[in-house]
Amino acid sequence: MKTIQVLGSGCTNCQRTYALIEEIARQEGVAVEIKKVEDMAEILALGVMSTPGVAVDGKVVHSGGLPDRKRIAEWLKG
Amino acid sequence: MFEWLADSLVYGLLGLDAGDRWSAALHFFVLDTTKIFVLLVVVIYAMGLLRAFVSPERVRAYVRGKPRWLARLLAILLGAVTPFCSCSSVPLFIGFVEAGIPMGVTFSFLIASPMINEIAVVLLAGILGWEIALLYVAAGITVAWVGGVFMERLRTERWVEDYVWKIQMGEAQGVEPDNSWAGRHRFAVAEVREIVRRVWKWVLIGIAVGAGFHGFVPGEWVTEYLGGDNNWLAVPGAVLLGIPLYANATGVIPVAEAMLGKGAAIGTTLAFMMSVAALSLPELLILRKVIRWPALAWFAAVLAVAFVVVGWGFNLLL
Repeated sequence: MKTIQVLGSGCTNCQRTYALIEEIARQEGVAVEIKKVEDMAEILALGVMSTPGVAVDGKVVHSGGLPDRKRIAEWLKG
Repeated sequence: MFEWLADSLVYGLLGLDAGDRWSAALHFFVLDTTKIFVLLVVVIYAMGLLRAFVSPERVRAYVRGKPRWLARLLAILLGAVTPFCSCSSVPLFIGFVEAGIPMGVTFSFLIASPMINEIAVVLLAGILGWEIALLYVAAGITVAWVGGVFMERLRTERWVEDYVWKIQMGEAQGVEPDNSWAGRHRFAVAEVREIVRRVWKWVLIGIAVGAGFHGFVPGEWVTEYLGGDNNWLAVPGAVLLGIPLYANATGVIPVAEAMLGKGAAIGTTLAFMMSVAALSLPELLILRKVIRWPALAWFAAVLAVAFVVVGWGFNLLL
């Protein structure tokens, strides 16, 4: 099972990103573990400065804004 | 085209009288709403298609290790094309500090980024003309430069929270953008959605305030109190008024338009715009997570004084 981390300190866009990934995972029927990472030290340790960011299995795939649906679906399947 | 649309809607379809205050306000509202939203969508889409936005991670990499003047110049110029959500200002601050970028350069970036951006510049040029747009950019660069230098002189490092120094930033992992035209189009559409979602409320509020000002504030009052002659107090007044008010740079444009249209002085109007766009209490409070109160108070004070000086300068020269 994949682990997806949503990086961001609880801002509106970070919460929307989390909800969007949850929704698409449900739609596609993919089982994933989605985690919120809100600790600044951890976020920066992943090399991300602009939130929200997304990491799949520890690898950053996105930063700085809401990701689009199509890309989320690709991360979940790929 | 927008003029025609507003004319035919307000005077034609609704049959309002052209001399009336309400219809003047309504006309302003319709004209600005259509014009600003069309411009906004076109500009963001074009920028997105060209991938002209720069991420803060890349700014950090460019600025790092450069001589101070070049670092500051890059931070200010790149700040203009780096859209970031204000909730990112904390990780951004920490990331800059961790890269050894001088505190003053970081402040220059934090001042320039919300104040000058390509969207505000195009809108200003489209609505108020190139001269005003250039003046605004020149004023913004000056304030970001001088403000950063002052913050450095104050040795603001001493007020940075201890935990900030201990954070280690990892290697930024290059996220490969999809550079096909389909990918660019998708990215541009997503950018339009995201930015419009973030700013539309501020823009509508700004237009409503501008429309009210345009329809109901008498021209004589504006020339007397906000005009350029013998109104030394108008500039600090406009700056003070702008501090608790917060809108993004796009939202203040219609207010500035209405002010200038009624004969307010340019310096006073620009000082007000900068104060609303770049100095806002909620954003300042977010920075409290990384710097202590004295630094925040100095930051606000340095910016306010810089806006006043720039406003006076423009009123004197123009």
